[in-house]
Amino acid sequence: MIDIDNITKAYGEATVVDGVTAKLPKGGVTTIIGPNGAGKSTLLSMIARLIPSDKGSVLVDGLDVARTSGDKLARRLSILRQDNHMTARLTVRDLVAFGRYPYSKGRVTAEDREHVRRALGYLGLEELGERFLDELSGGQRQRAFVAMILCQDTDYMLFDEPLNNLDIRHAVAMMKLLRDAARDFGKTVVVVLHDVNFASCYSDHIVVMRDGRLFMQGTPREIIRPDILEQTYGCPFEVHELGGDRIAVYYA
Amino acid sequence: MTFVKLFIPALLATAALAVASLFVGVSEMTFSTLLSGPGGERAWMILGASRVPRTLALILAGAGMAVAGTIMQMLSRNRFVEPSTAGTVESASLGMLAVLLLAPDLPVIMKMLVAAAFALAGTAVFLSILRRVPLRSPVLVPLIGLMLGGVINACTTFFAYRYDLLQAMGAWTSGDFSAVLRGRYEVLWVALALTVAAYVAADRFTVAGMGEDFSTNLGLDHRKVVGLGLVIVSMVTASVVVTAGILPFIGLIVPNLVSMVMGDRLRRTLPWIALSGAALVLVCDMIGRLVNAPYEIPVGSVLGVVGSLFFLNLLLRRRPRAA
Repeated sequence: MIDIDNITKAYGEATVVDGVTAKLPKGGVTTIIGPNGAGKSTLLSMIARLIPSDKGSVLVDGLDVARTSGDKLARRLSILRQDNHMTARLTVRDLVAFGRYPYSKGRVTAEDREHVRRALGYLGLEELGERFLDELSGGQRQRAFVAMILCQDTDYMLFDEPLNNLDIRHAVAMMKLLRDAARDFGKTVVVVLHDVNFASCYSDHIVVMRDGRLFMQGTPREIIRPDILEQTYGCPFEVHELGGDRIAVYYA
Repeated sequence: MTFVKLFIPALLATAALAVASLFVGVSEMTFSTLLSGPGGERAWMILGASRVPRTLALILAGAGMAVAGTIMQMLSRNRFVEPSTAGTVESASLGMLAVLLLAPDLPVIMKMLVAAAFALAGTAVFLSILRRVPLRSPVLVPLIGLMLGGVINACTTFFAYRYDLLQAMGAWTSGDFSAVLRGRYEVLWVALALTVAAYVAADRFTVAGMGEDFSTNLGLDHRKVVGLGLVIVSMVTASVVVTAGILPFIGLIVPNLVSMVMGDRLRRTLPWIALSGAALVLVCDMIGRLVNAPYEIPVGSVLGVVGSLFFLNLLLRRRPRAA
């Protein structure tokens, strides 16, 4: 379980995350949604100790992320932010293999190689293993980064906008992959998404943020409702039930 | 991998360059005089006291500066940074002047450590500027470094002028191996030791080159890696500046070329970077000795010409990134 207690982050006058308290369940896919500037990415980064918080604490399985050694946490929790510019020119295989760094410290074992092979397979990157990242399309690169996180094989996996740069086919494949990782391997997946319908169809749990605060949380059935979405995004919504999923329509 | 198979031939080619370097020079010294004949004893003396030290110094300095440049590029996450575009060599040079003014009788190793301390401070200033000023264009990063270097250099020149040391300063501001003799280059073995240390920590530097977020995610303390890298870069730079003077651009040319061919997984590429750095300096030094024989053009000047052309080329033909 991720236990977020009264966490706050301000940049000068602007309070980006304002006293958020929440418990994110262990297992399943938890999605964080909300309008631009709601503090979703900052919250995710604080959970993953990439940004220090001003106040409050985050416990992951009882470990305080601000105090636990980075090395130990790297075997429990992984994060992929959006907009990853990389100076180091690596092949896809080398990048994914660095996902094993917390375990192997660079001395790649046979077991590590097996992890790399499987991660490349999950993301359909077998053919691109020897290509350099700067020779790939944005979508291919995004898949390579996700493969690296899968290779890190942590109980908790955090993704900020993992569908960035992906076409519809790959976006659907990505969400199915994350859902399968949660269902079949017992992983806890936390994603920040912009597309409420992806959130609706693939999440077990949805957290809604607004103005740096936690607005609501619940199952897709509880959250994907016109009144809640209208209050969150400030524009009219219709919600339709289609094949068991709730689909929001906002092209008014 | 094919690169592994190619390494031995490349090593042999560099060794051949080193042997050739031994036999280039003003004094008459050939294989035949070494083996027999009149002047054999003198030839051995030249070989042992001057030629071998010079060639070793070239190899150690070239390999060290190339590796230092690579580490700088990983830490600053910028392809255009190396010790001479980040204020590092200028700081080391200021340190040398400080030693000359305040404690001229210090042994070479102490001089080197003082220069290294200055280099460390200067490079740390450069990196903290980069942290504070988020630069949108990668080209601006070396410009900041060159400006910082210019400011430091102005201080050095001012004090050197005031205390009438401009001429002494010339000895270490232009890279030149002609004065390298036995007993005056050994501090460069420190550079070799640090190059080996860099290889041991190669994976950490690669991860640092992936960025701070990736480093943290993989459980690496980014600050510690930066600290380790700064120490290695400063000591290598200082030991080279103390013995031969400033060798510009090696840390720029070699890492970029190797990266284009093999990428940046340093565990794989560092041996190539060290070897290519040594080979480049050997070649440039030989050019400097042959072009205007019997006079010498300092290797720093040859590298300046080769390096600035390469730098321009790098700026103008940035690799197009597939979008």
